[in-house]
Amino acid sequence: MSFFVETLVGGLLAGVMYSLVAIGFVLVFKASGVFNFAQGSMVLCAALTFVTLRDKGLDFWLAALITLSVMVALGIAVERVVLRPLVNRPQITLFMATLGVSFVIEGVAQIVMGASVHELDLGIVDTPIEIGGVQVSQFDLAAAGTAGILVVALSIFFNKTRVGIALRAIADDPQAALSIGIRLQTLWQIVWGVAGFVSLIAGLLWGARQGVQFALTLVVLKALPVLIIGGFTSIAGAIIGGLIVGAGDSVAEIYLGSLLGGSVSTWFAYVLAVAFLLVRPAGLFGEAPIERI
Amino acid sequence: MPEPILQLRDVSLSFKGIKALNALSFDVERGEICALIGPNGAGKSSLLNIINGVYRADSGSVVFNGERFVRIRPAQAAHLGVGRTFQHNALFRHLSVLDNVLAGLIRHCRATMVEHAFGVGRDRRESREFNRRVDEIAAFLDLTNHRDRVVATLPYGIQKRVDLARALVGGPSLLLLDEPMAGMNQDEKQEMSRFILETNASLGTTIVLIEHDMSVVMGLSHHVVVLDYGRKVGDGSPEDVRRNPDVIAAYLGTAH
Repeated sequence: MSFFVETLVGGLLAGVMYSLVAIGFVLVFKASGVFNFAQGSMVLCAALTFVTLRDKGLDFWLAALITLSVMVALGIAVERVVLRPLVNRPQITLFMATLGVSFVIEGVAQIVMGASVHELDLGIVDTPIEIGGVQVSQFDLAAAGTAGILVVALSIFFNKTRVGIALRAIADDPQAALSIGIRLQTLWQIVWGVAGFVSLIAGLLWGARQGVQFALTLVVLKALPVLIIGGFTSIAGAIIGGLIVGAGDSVAEIYLGSLLGGSVSTWFAYVLAVAFLLVRPAGLFGEAPIERI
Repeated sequence: MPEPILQLRDVSLSFKGIKALNALSFDVERGEICALIGPNGAGKSSLLNIINGVYRADSGSVVFNGERFVRIRPAQAAHLGVGRTFQHNALFRHLSVLDNVLAGLIRHCRATMVEHAFGVGRDRRESREFNRRVDEIAAFLDLTNHRDRVVATLPYGIQKRVDLARALVGGPSLLLLDEPMAGMNQDEKQEMSRFILETNASLGTTIVLIEHDMSVVMGLSHHVVVLDYGRKVGDGSPEDVRRNPDVIAAYLGTAH
């Protein structure tokens, strides 16, 4: 039993890491309807920038601050240079544009910062501690805590501030938002800036976990089932989806892995996602589109 | 005679060869309630969409408050004092009544995000002022009891009032109402008419509205403009328009 609980808790905590990436997608998708495939590259870019600055001997907080500025500027630049000229184009066009952006970001990052694998040390000790008879990774706990703070901060931002109200207004009805003088483009820039910030957090944690390397962009592929399960428009959905994927992955690995010859966790999330697509295509917290008949 | 608040000069608009509006000209005087009537497809909604910048006229111009526009953008129109409501309820469905109305004030924000985040500087006075104005408009339109409800859960008639409150709270000098009484029963129509009249009388807001119910139009408006196939077929007081033979033929049916 305690082994099962340990597996489950480990999985849930790992799932939070997927949620962090998924939240970046949700922010942009909700505000502007763009599925930003470049989110993974932004995560990589954040980790790579930070680690390069650290290697140059910069102080932790200074490096974090510079990386934050770079990421926010990158987010705003993508909105301004790539997406704004494409406004009102079909979603697939926007998606393809972000796919292109992801290649550009990866290419430029490689030219500027090199392609070697870096180690990223956030100063979090990764020895397991025991809580109530269950071994838990300290790093995972710290990551979960960070994600928790991030979610609380984002929900205050969206629910209590005027910018947040304006962003939710745009998500509900862009035309009406324009008619009361809300400037869509300014707010899209803000949301891309926030997405840059979220990719910084995700980049640091993932970079510390896996080492900073180009494979980091593949976290996008893990975020996809999270989004399908949780829904593309809900931050709460991204969290719950991440927990389901994380827990499902690790429990399946242990209990199905021995039957199927291992490496279940590489595909299990997608099977879950397909099951959700069949039963609840909008995801747990997503909204089913209302169609006129 | 003061200058009209809104002057339309030879405004034309076509969609893929279909003329929605054909060299349309008329004036809206400051402080009046002007009704646009006409059969479906006459171009009424297109006209509202030109005035607040959703569509761009192919030719002609719009003069608002003495300023001539060939092209205006919706957000810019709002900043200049053009408010509007929508035929379908284009409310922010997931937001509360208060937040919907508050959204209508966002363009008046002067405090920066940093000031707002920490509640310092200009934000303190501004937040107080915003809350006061939202409360005022909510009370004016009898929405106080529903203030914290999420809009999607409210009955249709109340949603229409939220739409009006959202447009009104920013203090527009010109208010465009696209079928404010569509789908309402007689009681709700009367109630809405009363709100529109009060808005006009006590806030002095100039109103241009589209409405199909002739008894409502005749009781409410100072000025009626009749459109048919994108052309103006009548323009005058409700009594003039009622007697105009072209209007009767185009819209009201044959004379009794």
